[in-house]
Amino acid sequence: MGKKHKYSKELLLKLYRTIYTIRIFETRCIELYRKALIRGYFHPYLGEEAIAAGACAALREQDYIASTHRGHGHCIARGADIKRMTAELFGKQNGYCGGRGGSMHIADIEAGNLGANGIVAAGAPLGLGAALGAKIRHEDRVAVVFTSDGGVNNGVFSETLNLAAAWSAPMIQIIENNRYAVSTPIEDSTRVPELYKRGKSLGIASLEIDGNDVLEVYESTQHAVELCQKGEGPVLIEAKTYRHGGHHCNDPGKYMPGDKVEYYKKHDPLKIARRHLIKKGKALEKEIGDLEKKIEWEMEEAIEYASASPEPPVEDFLQEVEKY
Amino acid sequence: MPPEANEDRIILYREALHEALAEEMQRDPSVFIMGEGIGERGGSYKVTADLLQQFGPERVIDTPIAEASFTGAGVGAAITGMRPIVEILFIDFCLLALDPIINQAAKYKFMTGGLGRVPLVVRTQGGSGTGVAAQHSQSLEAIFYHIPGLKVVMPSTPYDAKGLLKSAIRDEDPVIFIEHKLLYTAKGYVPEDEFLIELGKGDRKREGKDASIIAWSNMIPRTMEAAGRLAEEGIEVDIIDPRTLVPLDAPLILESVRKTNRAVIVQEAIRRGGVASDIASIIQAEAFDDLDAPVEIVAGKNTPIPYNEALERASIPQAEDIVNAVKRVFYG
Repeated sequence: MGKKHKYSKELLLKLYRTIYTIRIFETRCIELYRKALIRGYFHPYLGEEAIAAGACAALREQDYIASTHRGHGHCIARGADIKRMTAELFGKQNGYCGGRGGSMHIADIEAGNLGANGIVAAGAPLGLGAALGAKIRHEDRVAVVFTSDGGVNNGVFSETLNLAAAWSAPMIQIIENNRYAVSTPIEDSTRVPELYKRGKSLGIASLEIDGNDVLEVYESTQHAVELCQKGEGPVLIEAKTYRHGGHHCNDPGKYMPGDKVEYYKKHDPLKIARRHLIKKGKALEKEIGDLEKKIEWEMEEAIEYASASPEPPVEDFLQEVEKY
Repeated sequence: MPPEANEDRIILYREALHEALAEEMQRDPSVFIMGEGIGERGGSYKVTADLLQQFGPERVIDTPIAEASFTGAGVGAAITGMRPIVEILFIDFCLLALDPIINQAAKYKFMTGGLGRVPLVVRTQGGSGTGVAAQHSQSLEAIFYHIPGLKVVMPSTPYDAKGLLKSAIRDEDPVIFIEHKLLYTAKGYVPEDEFLIELGKGDRKREGKDASIIAWSNMIPRTMEAAGRLAEEGIEVDIIDPRTLVPLDAPLILESVRKTNRAVIVQEAIRRGGVASDIASIIQAEAFDDLDAPVEIVAGKNTPIPYNEALERASIPQAEDIVNAVKRVFYG
């Protein structure tokens, strides 16, 4: 974006902290997954962290987010406690969902996080509903919906975007275009792979950004929030990105061309955010190193917390079941 | 049982529903309603007539024909502090919104470890009898009955419709509220003063000692008709209307069966995989020793609903079918 001195060191540190936390959280959790301490599906957000970090940093306390099956990053960026997240992945009682949800269902309602979602594109109408409720109550809130490129070809995505436009809902639809619906490339799924264009056809302000550059995401989301505040929502942001690996951590992602993966590992959101922090925030290597160590230590604490957390009592569960 | 029908205020089922909506919207600003043609048009069955004028376009929202997204929006609004009522014109169209209903609303509280709540009402309308054929006449309550986390309400009278809808709107969990297209013009006593009917409390629609009939929705008037014919032959049936299928008032059903020792379950829906079969299984498990005859089920035929009037009638339980089933459990 090239606008210097615009970002405080505090903000740049916060953005870097979020990205690094997501990176460490997932890297460590994948190791624990390999040791069978975490079960089920684990969809890594590695390589896409700048989108959650930048977007959530531009939101206010009163705003909402709706996440996806690849949701750990959104949760962390929205301020979730990694202790309780790790405990949830361990299926433990102290996890966000008491061990009932797991990776794809972590929600933090008090923080305005409507939750991850196991159904692709299903978060979109939920986010629209949150925005609609705020509008009916005349409250200054927006809802950010994260949807993957795999979600945009689901009918409910188009329905929701159209409805949000018809209602001028204060909703920001962020497409995390990592180019694959599981393994199918976006070019095989649509004739118009420039996904932001779909917003234009519905009369929605639409932006196309580099989703790996946290400042670009931050600035675009801020702009989108302002438009929503003026009643000019919804806004569509297509954030281009790439996964560092396959669809989930048991998918080696062989369909992803090696040179492309290499390119994106260099054009890595973490590296970009680090550069911003040094260049624009004048942070010192040592300072950053200390922050990284602190985050790594916090993650080890989270793992200890999760390990020590009790299993959810089966008796409690069976009592709960009676109520259904 | 509601107070005697000879009391003064007789209104239509659709009017009772309208009163419930208006009263709850008046009482609680977080209640709003959205659906197809519910504003200016007042809904296909006039249930939402005048609500737009009373509460304005922010709380009475006409939607495009896009069930998945506006139902999903209802779920999102419910999670974040509103009490939405989503109207789905025909229960057949709920099939377009099964993801938000079943994968989202029904499971949200559970998946979030009890922290998230979805106080959503999906109002819809089902059943046959008007020649609108296979995609506008189904009785699909079993789909929702099968899903943990949903409540299922099927009122048969204006009194029940009003009291149950008000409770559904105040409930903290998602409720599928299924009206019947033939009942909108049914008349009945509804008191002037406010009242609620607890979800999960069935109602004895007729007192009798000889056989129990369990029925709901439009099968209640049909069963009442059958009961009149049976009374002429000296058989007095006890008619139990569970009113809500989830939660189900099994104690009331069992109390009736233990009294009469004979049970007939009547549903408009097709028999296979239906709610009647589940109620029969509850009766045989809990009251086997009290039964003097096998439990009879009178249900719709296993068929899409036909257009032709005679064929349509043939596919749905008629009073005569109910009379015959009662005779089978009575005379053995």
